[in-house]
Amino acid sequence: MSKTTDWDLYEVFVRSKRGLSHKHVGSVHAADGRMAIENARDLYTRRSEGESVWVIPAKQIIASDPAEGDALFGPAADKVYRHPTFYDIPDEVGKM
Amino acid sequence: MYTTDLRTAEEKAKDAKLKVPTKEEGEEAFQARIDADEYIEPKDYMPDAYRKTLVRQMSQHAHSEIVGMLPEGGWVTRAPSLKRKIILTAKVQDEAGHGLYLYSAAETLGTSREEMLNQLHSGKAKYSTIFNYPTTSWADVCTIGWLVDGAAITNQIPLCRCSYGPYARAMIKVCKEESFHQRQGYDGLLEMMKGTDAQKRMVQDSFDRWFWPSLMMFGPPDSDSAHSSQNMAWKIKRFSNDELRQRFVDATIPQAEFLGIKLPEQVKWNEETKHYAFGELDWDEFWAVVKGDGACASNRMDARRKAIADGKWVREAATAYAEKQRAAVRAAE
Repeated sequence: MSKTTDWDLYEVFVRSKRGLSHKHVGSVHAADGRMAIENARDLYTRRSEGESVWVIPAKQIIASDPAEGDALFGPAADKVYRHPTFYDIPDEVGKM
Repeated sequence: MYTTDLRTAEEKAKDAKLKVPTKEEGEEAFQARIDADEYIEPKDYMPDAYRKTLVRQMSQHAHSEIVGMLPEGGWVTRAPSLKRKIILTAKVQDEAGHGLYLYSAAETLGTSREEMLNQLHSGKAKYSTIFNYPTTSWADVCTIGWLVDGAAITNQIPLCRCSYGPYARAMIKVCKEESFHQRQGYDGLLEMMKGTDAQKRMVQDSFDRWFWPSLMMFGPPDSDSAHSSQNMAWKIKRFSNDELRQRFVDATIPQAEFLGIKLPEQVKWNEETKHYAFGELDWDEFWAVVKGDGACASNRMDARRKAIADGKWVREAATAYAEKQRAAVRAAE
């Protein structure tokens, strides 16, 4: 029996319409970038879900480590003064 | 169902022996996260057993979508009209898409697609038993859309809230597309029921053969499925096999009545429970089909192996072409 060998994995990002950013939707295997674009088109935009596709070799993505999540993102939680709702503006001042 | 635990009693016993009984470090924090309805994402800590259960379920689900193309693919050239042919082609392409969304999601757990496919083709991995039944008439193609995809939707809707993020996201996309599958099948049957007596008989015959297997898709009765409770705690499963089966029966019977189908005598409305009763299912048949007794079991795998073998030169040519292009880019630099 003939066994299959995987081509490289590409992560796929689709922009649903102009004016919005590309959003991650999944991944495809392909021999090269061009084929990855074509496979992504067939797989993720069969119902007009997009007008632009990005593919990126999965091994090229540098990601934050979930184990470091608290150290990286925790400090933002106690900086409530960064949000407009932290400030009490008297009603008389009106909409600000 | 595509996601039913299809391991035989012996396989379950073997897997249970391999299980490490001690609690892993981090397991409590993991469970707390699930209890708080948070999603688990690919690089997060997860117990080994959670990962293994998901790989088995998701790859089996993916295999079922891929094998599901085979009975329908055989009818593309025999569709009764151009309209039905393009609809069926689109449906078959969707099934391929569903398989690929699922393989893509399962790969995030660290098992390669190559490994999953090789397990299918070597006969080690299982797929839904429903595809080992033969599709003998055009009505079967429509009935599969209505009943088989209908049962799949009933099972897959709760999976859209499954605790593993990539699986849940894949299911949302799949469910949206399945709705087309079910409706086009029912629409095809409605048309046949407006036709000749022969067409009406074809629909009835098709229903009679597919109704019980479609109910078995939800898996063994709750009294026999020992693994449900752990999967419930992990929120991989949210409703029991029997609950989902009942939900499907209650939704389907009025649709069958509207079509004008004669229902099996076991099917009766129960005024007390406010549900349709449907009697006992033939579980011996179910387990026999799981073990490969279905009329089409060997056919299905032969077709898959042939497709892989026949496509080998295409894959090799694409690989060679890609390498040549890369070499040309390197030379120009």
